[in-house]
Amino acid sequence: MHGKQVYGALTIMILTIYAIRVTPLLIFRKEIKNRWIRSFLYYVPYVTLAVMTFPAILGATSSVWSGMIALVVGILAALISGDLFTVAICACVAVFLSEMIIL
Amino acid sequence: MNGRLFRRGLRDGVPIALGYMAVAFTLGIAAENIGMDALQSFYMSFGMLASAGEYAAILLIGSAAGVLEIIVTTFIINLRYFLMSCSLSQKIKKDVPIWKRMLLAWFVTDELFGISSAVEGDLDPVYTYGAAIVAVAGWCAGTVLGVVAGDILPPSLSSAMGVSLYGMFLAIIIPPAGKSRFMAGLIVTAMAASFLFTRMPVLSEIPEGFRIIILTVLIAGAAAFIKPIEEEA
Repeated sequence: MHGKQVYGALTIMILTIYAIRVTPLLIFRKEIKNRWIRSFLYYVPYVTLAVMTFPAILGATSSVWSGMIALVVGILAALISGDLFTVAICACVAVFLSEMIIL
Repeated sequence: MNGRLFRRGLRDGVPIALGYMAVAFTLGIAAENIGMDALQSFYMSFGMLASAGEYAAILLIGSAAGVLEIIVTTFIINLRYFLMSCSLSQKIKKDVPIWKRMLLAWFVTDELFGISSAVEGDLDPVYTYGAAIVAVAGWCAGTVLGVVAGDILPPSLSSAMGVSLYGMFLAIIIPPAGKSRFMAGLIVTAMAASFLFTRMPVLSEIPEGFRIIILTVLIAGAAAFIKPIEEEA
């Protein structure tokens, strides 16, 4: 593709992805009354994030083992502190240190 | 009052930015490989804010895909954001004006959605905006760096930075699981099902975007049936 075509293609993609994201926020402006739908939407973030985390975390680092260590350290840190920033940094440090040792 | 929330957002945006830098960096390298320049890559990352979505974008541009193929592929790969926006539409404060909802929509990424869902009570999008400023800066900087200097980041560092995103996901889903057996069961079920879907024949051929949608609809749907949330009085 040439320069202009690349920008054209990117603009189409940017508009498509924005349409996906904005539509529900514009349509559902009132509280949904249906109890099942409300419950479903309440559970969505937890299930989605769980599905995205495992097993992907095992393949996110240089070795399956450091990924495993990140998972265990992340779970422990989340149970102890629960703070986003702390848990994320703990997982990073765990990977960095464990890869220094095993690789 | 809003300033405090905004600053909390900025802080929570830092680990996201760290992880984003590492991920976007590899994205920038991929973009460079098919001949995209720094400005094009910046435009892509700034406008799309999507990891798998941008990999697909690079593939589509690299293969000189047609308009219909571009729209359909982008739509399918990024459909999970629809579900996330549905969830946020009920989480967001009721009196938030439309333009603020439209701004929020731009920031519905896996991670910003995650932390926005995790705030207690209704969501004031000011918190998300704070986190988004930091996260988007990291995402765009990472992409551009990947294009212009693909070899400066040592693998050990990018490996450690990349896991930051999963650490955040754990920080969101694990504390409720520690407090409630049902939530613990729900999260273990979701992870086990996700594992099965990546290992089983046939099922493992389902693209990641669809796997996330299918499992979320099935498992969150079943959970809503088994244990509907308490109605507020």
